[in-house]
Amino acid sequence: MKIRSLFYTLGQGFRNLFKNGWYSLASIATIGACLFLFCIFYSVVGNLRYILNNVEKGVSVQVFFNYDVSEERVQEIGKEIRNRVEVSKVIYHSDEEIWETFGPVWAGEDYDEVYMENPLVGEHNFEVYLNDVSLQSSLVTWLESMNEVRKVNYSEITANTLSGVNLIIAYISIGIIVILLAVSIFLINNTVRVGISVRTEEINIMKYVGATDFFVRAPFVLEGMIIGALGAALPLALTYNLYDYVLGYISGRFSVLAELLTFLPLDSVFSVLMPVCLIVGIGIGFLGSFITVHKHLRV
Amino acid sequence: MSRKQLLAQKRQEFIEERGIICMNNVSMNYPEAGAPAIDDITLRIDPGEFVFIVGDSGSGKSTMIRLLLRELLPTSGDVCVMGYNTRKLRHSQIPAFRRNIGVVFQDFRLLKDRNVYENVAFAQRIIEVPSREMRRNVPSILAMVGLAGKYRSNVKKLSGGEQQRVALARALVNKPEILLADEPTGNLDPNNAWEIMDLLEEINEQGTTVVVVTHNPEIVNAMKKRVVTMKRGLIVNDEEEGTYVNED
Ligand SMILES: Nc1ncnc2c1ncn2[C@@H]1O[C@H](COP(=O)(O)OP(=O)(O)O)[C@@H](O)[C@H]1O
Ligand SMILES: [Mg+2]
Repeated sequence: MKIRSLFYTLGQGFRNLFKNGWYSLASIATIGACLFLFCIFYSVVGNLRYILNNVEKGVSVQVFFNYDVSEERVQEIGKEIRNRVEVSKVIYHSDEEIWETFGPVWAGEDYDEVYMENPLVGEHNFEVYLNDVSLQSSLVTWLESMNEVRKVNYSEITANTLSGVNLIIAYISIGIIVILLAVSIFLINNTVRVGISVRTEEINIMKYVGATDFFVRAPFVLEGMIIGALGAALPLALTYNLYDYVLGYISGRFSVLAELLTFLPLDSVFSVLMPVCLIVGIGIGFLGSFITVHKHLRV
Repeated sequence: MSRKQLLAQKRQEFIEERGIICMNNVSMNYPEAGAPAIDDITLRIDPGEFVFIVGDSGSGKSTMIRLLLRELLPTSGDVCVMGYNTRKLRHSQIPAFRRNIGVVFQDFRLLKDRNVYENVAFAQRIIEVPSREMRRNVPSILAMVGLAGKYRSNVKKLSGGEQQRVALARALVNKPEILLADEPTGNLDPNNAWEIMDLLEEINEQGTTVVVVTHNPEIVNAMKKRVVTMKRGLIVNDEEEGTYVNED
């Protein structure tokens, strides 16, 4: 293709956009609406997961040992726990550390003098954090099966609730994405079909005069891609402007939960939304126009 | 001699031997239609001829034009245009093939959102004519069809006769070997019809082969050209300086 044809094609692409103003607007609105739903959905789910993740990180299991188990054996078991894949972090609390923490509470500032020796010998323990709370019960079973272990402290309800909520979010995510895809394909298919009726004649004329498929298709495809890009830019701009405002509002309304409600920063949400929206938008615009024009190129 | 020149020479020989348009035992059955639209037709048209195709509506005239444009392929038989067998053209060769055929229709088929100049220039853009040549060619062809003063007008605001002249200019600007016209005067009053016919005759005198489908007996009878009469997909009459016997 020669340079002047390229310019002509570019010009025609933009021209089509304005010429079919209402059609273009409808298409932009359609793609924009679908992508906006996706943006909202992604922000909500992303933040829910983020919050849950934070909560999960705080869920731990405490392991205590029989009093006759040697210090070396306890450290060995500690190493074994660390080596398990579901374990993210293990903190050892020694007898001394515990006494330093609880001594002042029980016996006042001079706790060291009231008790000749540490009364909490043998209370040393491991505080175990998990990658994934749903694996807590298998870890607990394993720990309890050890002869050296006296007691395992954990909260079953917290873990079960968290992993249940995670599962529900996953299912809802899949469901909503499927619905969004179906709706957007339906809507876009309809807008393209309305738009093409105007163009059939034009395409026919071009073909009669001897235009190549490429020459006929290029302006339409370009137009589709511009529509897709604008359709993506709109929801991105909305999300960008509304995100902090909405999160601020939520924090304000639920200030009781302030500690729990830590949100994803706009940047990290946008680093996903921006490329996804642009690729999906431009991709839909490209494919939609390419396929539709293709059907009419058989003349 | 280069391969390209050799091919051009072969094509020229073929045209001299078999005609610029030749249809050999051509039939066309539209899918799901009863009788064939074209029924075992054989026709030869030589370079430089002016031919009227006449006949009742539904007799297969437009189908013949569509076969010549390679818009359709015949169900059987071969259609040869300018030395090309339309059946053997690949999809990618069709555009180049059509650039040597100018075509006009009853309903003009202009790009309605563009002005007169752009409608004609469009045909030149497609074959990537340099801008400077285009700016020379388009006005000169518009002058020839008598629209020199109207090149900026919106085509929707032109009269039928003017619109058909724009279509004619578009068909001619690339200097085609053949001009096909499917009822070009069907939507025009007698005055405009005659002006278009005069233009077609002028183009023919400059060497272009012209095939005109028409319903207009006065014009056909006055012009004394070759007349091919069709009826129910058959050629029932073909004579030099023929007349149009309207049977309705
Ligand atoms: N696209 C089509 N599909 C089916 N039948 C068609 C189609 N186009 C034309 N025909 C039929 O083919 C016959 C010839 O049509 P046409 O070539 O348009 O005639 P004319 O131009 O002489 O009026 C008619 O019977 C018409 O109904
Ligand atoms: Mg017809």
